[in-house]
Amino acid sequence: MIVAQKAKIRRKSYVDEKFCVACGCCAKVCPINAIEIWKGIRAKVNLEKCLGCGKCAKECPASVIELREV
Amino acid sequence: MKKHWYDYMWIVSVTYLLLGFFNILFAWLGLLCFFIPLIIAVVKNSKGYCNRYCGRGRLFSLLGGQLGLSRMKDIPDWMKSKAFRYGFLTFFMTMFFLMLWNTYLVFAGAESLKQVVTLLWTFKLPWNWAYHGTLLHPGVAQFAFGFYSIMLTSTILGVITMVLFKPRSWCVYCPMGTMTQLICKAKYKAE
Repeated sequence: MIVAQKAKIRRKSYVDEKFCVACGCCAKVCPINAIEIWKGIRAKVNLEKCLGCGKCAKECPASVIELREV
Repeated sequence: MKKHWYDYMWIVSVTYLLLGFFNILFAWLGLLCFFIPLIIAVVKNSKGYCNRYCGRGRLFSLLGGQLGLSRMKDIPDWMKSKAFRYGFLTFFMTMFFLMLWNTYLVFAGAESLKQVVTLLWTFKLPWNWAYHGTLLHPGVAQFAFGFYSIMLTSTILGVITMVLFKPRSWCVYCPMGTMTQLICKAKYKAE
């Protein structure tokens, strides 16, 4: 029996480094703590961990986080 | 999620604004939200204040997030541009030094104490019910009035952008946030 494998689209969070204000709102809502504020300059997403849930993108006050397909 | 003590920092923010209604001298406490972020940025090299302890940020996420008073729209591009953020920081600091200058004039005896709170740097509200005299120089009270004006003005601006855009839109152009980020950037470059 052949099981047709469904192509799963994976999304992950990307931070626009130029406009990130490092407020930490994203890190606060991330359910798996995959985001850290790197040296107080910008948010850094751990792409290994990121589930692509989009909570951070919704929360970001500057709207600089977007979900991209990987 | 586990609640931390700093999840309740919004109480501090609200208390601060309320105390200013009863005795303006409490406005001096606002200097804490001025120096703590700077100290954390310089010593710990992080924006830990914004990320964790900022009472105003907590207040806005409570009002806009949990209570749903925010439209949850994207902030316009010009508001997150470097030009606007640094411009607002410059403007804010200019007004801050003007306020210090006014305080100095009262200390020097060139001006008398004005019991007004200036909103949005324009509208002067009489605030004489909150002043019951001070044991020290009237200049101490002048600084309190000036500082409370700044805190109230920035809260109002923050509430407006909270309603229009996202709960913590104030954080995008918060002068303290911009300043601490600049310090962190400078320290990183120096490394």
